[in-house]
Amino acid sequence: MKKFELDAKTDIAWCPGCGNFNIRTALISALQELNIEPTNVVFSSGIGQAAKMPQYINANYFNGLHGRGLPVAVAIKASNPSLTVIAEGGDGDMYGEGGNHFIHNVRRNPDIAHIVHNNMVYGLTKGQASPTSQKDFVTPVQINGVTNEPFNPLAVALLLGATFVARAFSGDLEQTKNIIKQAILHKGYSLVDIFHPCVTFNKLNTFSWYKNHSYYVDEDYDASEIKNAMEKVVNTDMYALGILYQKEGKSSFEEQLNIYKQDETPIVFRKRDIGKVNNLMKD
Amino acid sequence: MKNSLTIVLSGEAGQGLQTTEEFLVEAIAQSYYVFSTKDVMSRVRGGNNTVQIRLSDQFVYAYQHTIDMLFLLNDHSFSRLTNRITDKTIIFGEEGFADPLVINEKRATFKSFNLKELSKEAGGALLANTILFGFIAGMLELDEDSCKKQIMKRFLKRGEKVINDNQTAFDMGYKRGVKYPLQKEFMKSSDTSTYKISDGTTAVGLGAIAGGCNFVASYPMSPGTGVLTYLARKSNAFEILVEQAEDEIAALNMVIGAWYAGARGLATTSGGGFALMEEAVSLSGITETPCVVHVAQRPGPGTGLPTRTEQADLNLVVYAGHGEFPRIVFAPGKLEDAVKLSQKAFYLADKYQVPVFILTDQFFLESLGQMERFELDDQYLESFITKTEEEYKRYLLTKEILSPRGIPGYGNGLVKVDSDEHDESGGITEDFNVRVQMNEKRLMKRELLLEEYSDAELIGPSDYRYLIVGWGSTYGVLKEFVETNENNDVAFLYVKQVFPLHKNLTTYFDQAQKVIAIENNATGQFANLLKLELDIKVDDKILKYNGEPFSIEEVEKRLKEVLS
Repeated sequence: MKKFELDAKTDIAWCPGCGNFNIRTALISALQELNIEPTNVVFSSGIGQAAKMPQYINANYFNGLHGRGLPVAVAIKASNPSLTVIAEGGDGDMYGEGGNHFIHNVRRNPDIAHIVHNNMVYGLTKGQASPTSQKDFVTPVQINGVTNEPFNPLAVALLLGATFVARAFSGDLEQTKNIIKQAILHKGYSLVDIFHPCVTFNKLNTFSWYKNHSYYVDEDYDASEIKNAMEKVVNTDMYALGILYQKEGKSSFEEQLNIYKQDETPIVFRKRDIGKVNNLMKD
Repeated sequence: MKNSLTIVLSGEAGQGLQTTEEFLVEAIAQSYYVFSTKDVMSRVRGGNNTVQIRLSDQFVYAYQHTIDMLFLLNDHSFSRLTNRITDKTIIFGEEGFADPLVINEKRATFKSFNLKELSKEAGGALLANTILFGFIAGMLELDEDSCKKQIMKRFLKRGEKVINDNQTAFDMGYKRGVKYPLQKEFMKSSDTSTYKISDGTTAVGLGAIAGGCNFVASYPMSPGTGVLTYLARKSNAFEILVEQAEDEIAALNMVIGAWYAGARGLATTSGGGFALMEEAVSLSGITETPCVVHVAQRPGPGTGLPTRTEQADLNLVVYAGHGEFPRIVFAPGKLEDAVKLSQKAFYLADKYQVPVFILTDQFFLESLGQMERFELDDQYLESFITKTEEEYKRYLLTKEILSPRGIPGYGNGLVKVDSDEHDESGGITEDFNVRVQMNEKRLMKRELLLEEYSDAELIGPSDYRYLIVGWGSTYGVLKEFVETNENNDVAFLYVKQVFPLHKNLTTYFDQAQKVIAIENNATGQFANLLKLELDIKVDDKILKYNGEPFSIEEVEKRLKEVLS
């Protein structure tokens, strides 16, 4: 059995045909191919159908509050940089409720992979608009159609200095696996936005809709050039798939922390010297 | 009320009142007991701010309403202070800074004191604070050499010229000050210089460091920010990870993430910011991930009076978060307790896997006082983290109630934590039996917490008839009242752990004919909590909620009304 796989009896709470199943398979395969152990991998997730992912993977996890997967993830990574940390959730979780954390953690640049399942709809709360819903999308709340401009997470991440920005499509297992793998390997914050159909609540953005509205960037596409990436991500008629931007060499949040400049020991394994604290009392 | 002398400096934001305060308090503390507090407007420049320094031959930790010496540093601060002027008040200031009609009516004394002219003479406006320091030091006949040493220490990095200019300015003030020897009813003490001078902020920060705090994430909000900046200042020396969060919601979620990973995290905030943290408090409760939060009270609701004081967030902290789960709330009222309870907060959070709160207020945090130095106990640094085995279950049900807490990457097990109701291994469950078991397991920790209850202190005679009950920052003023009032049948019960309350507290109340609660809020939140938790009936409530702390005179006056 694969070390990141749970036993077959696990009851998975997703709808039959949900894109999340493929994302899970891709994620487990990606983790298997990397030289890491489940005990050293931590998932931090919020709430939503996508955020249940850690339940179905054999690794550590902190399944916290809706929208708050990122603050928990950045703190885990900073407290113990030897861990591989993945923040995972859906479009409502990460771009809606957690929007402020998304913005500021791109700026912070922790060395974590941020995996966002983007199905352009709220699933667990039964079909309301998400930040990425298309205009005119009709829902039980937006009965006359969505009027807000769809949120463009990739463009936002690029503008804020992210050094790994990618988009995958759950229908393509192999490419999704590769992208996730690269995101985990990349040093610094990496965003993987994964298109996937919600078979129950989104009858507009279906499997075939995604297939017909996306394409992979060419093999000779230069992902180190931000201008290329910008051009791709602003085109919302046809969505570009693949690693759209990747730049090496930017220092991560943890690397810049003074506590790790001279000593790489994670703070969680350090001891406080009470004698030194007593000097403060003498001051 | 103890024999004391109150000096008030009244100026505006940006005039450097705080520098003068720090100089004076340190210098006075060499030979007197001293307490100093500020009244500050919510602005960076201008307005009217005051610093009140009270000195005595006995320990004082409260402010005095009446002013003995008033230094007016501008022409628009006098009108806010007239009700504090008596026939004993000496007012120093430029001609025109104080209304002569008021001075006449109060039969106060006015002495012309032109600080602007003096600083021009000394070489510039920047020296005004040092001249003032010298002047007051002269009046009090403080030791010149140690004052000058202070000046040298403070300006060491600024070079010799700055030091010399300031020492000359000090001399200029001093030789004028000695011409006004003070009529004091008390003498210098010899045993005060061994005390540590500190504000509440420093005491909380020091305690946190002593409790092993190595992670702090917060969003700035007065008056809770001080602890953040204190820990930031100490962060390089003590290897503390300090991060300014994007909002309070992020702050507490980060702190909880840090504890999950094995760090000891703190979030420091004020009422409004804490309101934003409530959901995360609940997260700490169900996931049994420890956290420590310092909540600095200021008057609300909403933005309220941002720079003033109040004790109106007790209910907020005691009931914060949805659902039911145990917690501890400490409310230190003296510096020593702020250190000890902040230290203990980290230990108890770690040991019992619960949120622990340190509840203070603006008055406590920003007042300077003295505490006897003491050796910090390293027992509070004991870690309760366990190395995991392969079959580790984070929420294992045990006879001891507590499940051993592992952290990711330490041992062969996996640490699975969930904010959904969960089974022993941390998986989401909707099994009603498991829900009940887990809920009861969490709630049973309350009894364990009470075993480590930080006991209340009784101050005053043990055969009292009247019992005053207070918590947090009213400690100093109530202690002084009990120690100096003429009736020897009044005692003060200082409650420092306000939640959960231990049932043994009731014995203190059984003896009392009359119980009086004194609180810096409008509804008597602690009195109500006593009734709810321990069925203790409070007979009278003395409440204040204008944004100011209680002065000693006010407590005397209002207690006299209810004690007669």
